[in-house]
Amino acid sequence: MMTEKERELLLLIEKEGRMSESKLAKMLDTSLENVSEMLANMKKRKIILGYSAIIDWSKVDVTENVTAMIDVKVTPKRGVGFDEVAERIYRFKEVKALYLMSGTYDLSVVIEGRSMSDTAKFVSEKLSTLDSVISTTTHFQLKKYKHDGVVFEAEEDGDHRMVVSP
Amino acid sequence: MSTMKTDHKTQLSEAVNSIKPSGIRRFFDLASKMDNIISLGVGEPDYSTPWNVREASIHSLERGLTSYTANAGMIELREAIAQYLERRFDVSYNPEDEIVVTVGASEGIDLALRAIVNPGDEILIVEPCFVSYAPLVSLVGGVPVSVPTSLDTNFEVTSKMIEERITDKTKAVMLSFPSNPTGSIMGEEALASIARVVCEHDLVVLSDEIYAELTYDTEHVSVPSIKGMRDRTILISGFSKAFAMTGWRVGYVTAPSTYAKAMLKIHQYSMMCASTMAQYAALEALTNGRDEMEEMITSYRQRRNYVVKSFREIGLTCHNPGGAFYVFPSIIKTGFTSEQFAEKLLVEERVAVVPGDVFGQGGEGHIRCSYAASMNQLEEAVERIDRFINKRVK
Repeated sequence: MMTEKERELLLLIEKEGRMSESKLAKMLDTSLENVSEMLANMKKRKIILGYSAIIDWSKVDVTENVTAMIDVKVTPKRGVGFDEVAERIYRFKEVKALYLMSGTYDLSVVIEGRSMSDTAKFVSEKLSTLDSVISTTTHFQLKKYKHDGVVFEAEEDGDHRMVVSP
Repeated sequence: MSTMKTDHKTQLSEAVNSIKPSGIRRFFDLASKMDNIISLGVGEPDYSTPWNVREASIHSLERGLTSYTANAGMIELREAIAQYLERRFDVSYNPEDEIVVTVGASEGIDLALRAIVNPGDEILIVEPCFVSYAPLVSLVGGVPVSVPTSLDTNFEVTSKMIEERITDKTKAVMLSFPSNPTGSIMGEEALASIARVVCEHDLVVLSDEIYAELTYDTEHVSVPSIKGMRDRTILISGFSKAFAMTGWRVGYVTAPSTYAKAMLKIHQYSMMCASTMAQYAALEALTNGRDEMEEMITSYRQRRNYVVKSFREIGLTCHNPGGAFYVFPSIIKTGFTSEQFAEKLLVEERVAVVPGDVFGQGGEGHIRCSYAASMNQLEEAVERIDRFINKRVK
């Protein structure tokens, strides 16, 4: 069971994972001990799986990775449905995300590779050759505008308010 | 041709000459000349208007919907306001003749006063309060009578305080809860007791509930929802605070039809109608704005919690305000007046706050701090205020 405070805590750290526990405690109107306890507890329950930074790699002076989203059609297996083939796919370290989808295809696979040819190689050699895979359609990401709720390369919205007002 | 120089001042109306410019103005001038200011002096949300609301207004422009609307505002908007007030605050108004869409709640205050005040009428104003009530009363020839509140009652007003100031000239009581600048709210029981006094003396209540959505621990109690009050209340509200729409200038007044029609008469001659594109935005805000508003409210609550706790930690006395986005701590122990404190804090630590005395009686000895600022700014501001006080007190 999740308490209202735990939920609120999750929403806060989902937006800003680096907020100090003492700040969180004040914002949630609770004690520091309680925040630490809730965090530890939710980590243990695998509700909080980790913390990471959102990075605009296009601004970093190294060869940029290529991201592809691949629509995959598969034949589900009796008894295990899509789970077995999904597991075979997500174990590849190139696979950054994997979703079961409704609609015209079954699995959406997000691949990150060093180059387009790397990715193409992965698709033709690893993915398409899996028994259950019927077809793949690969889309390369050209530009990241918004990711996980964060807008990339936005003009600073800034604070346009008057510095003092009634 | 005469060469005599005109004395402009004597040509102005006595009413205008009698009112002073807002005390906030001086702080604005001072602060706006400085760099690296962290401002807790802002009386508006730190959010831009939600995109769906902005987009709806853009769409109305694309469709060429740029003509006047009905004087009272688009009927669809008035209907949406009626449904919203009923659903949220349990008060019901007929969109046909009991609601007028105004150019911000500020116009609503002006309309309400112009509709009811005769020269010499006394209007009780619960203070500290928004800076424009008393001047607007004076402009229509009324006499503003302060009902000061203090930290002793958490800046809530009691029926006794009101009753003590009633004379045979008293016409109306101006209430505004949740309050700017104190953040205080009023519960049902306290309002019911005020309602009894108001009814007994046959007074009108002007209730500015612009912060109604922004309450954090309890639900807002709307004055006209109190027994006997709907019939004698002019409710003033708008979209600025809850929907982050300050610059659109769109609000509304609701009242029994005799009052509403009187206000509409003034509004139709002085304003014609509220801005059409702003009305389309307001309609979208009421129709699809709830989720985003609730996210903003949650964030204000978290920031309120943070600021109140942090202020108390650094030794500032403040009550826990139930609404709006202001805290109103006492600075008496520093030995400064509000104005001295605010000015020195601005100059020495570059934090802008508003001295409490500009909000009327009861405000001296306090400063208004708006927590509609980012968490990083609030954190930094608390540090700076702590350093400032430490130099003085400890």
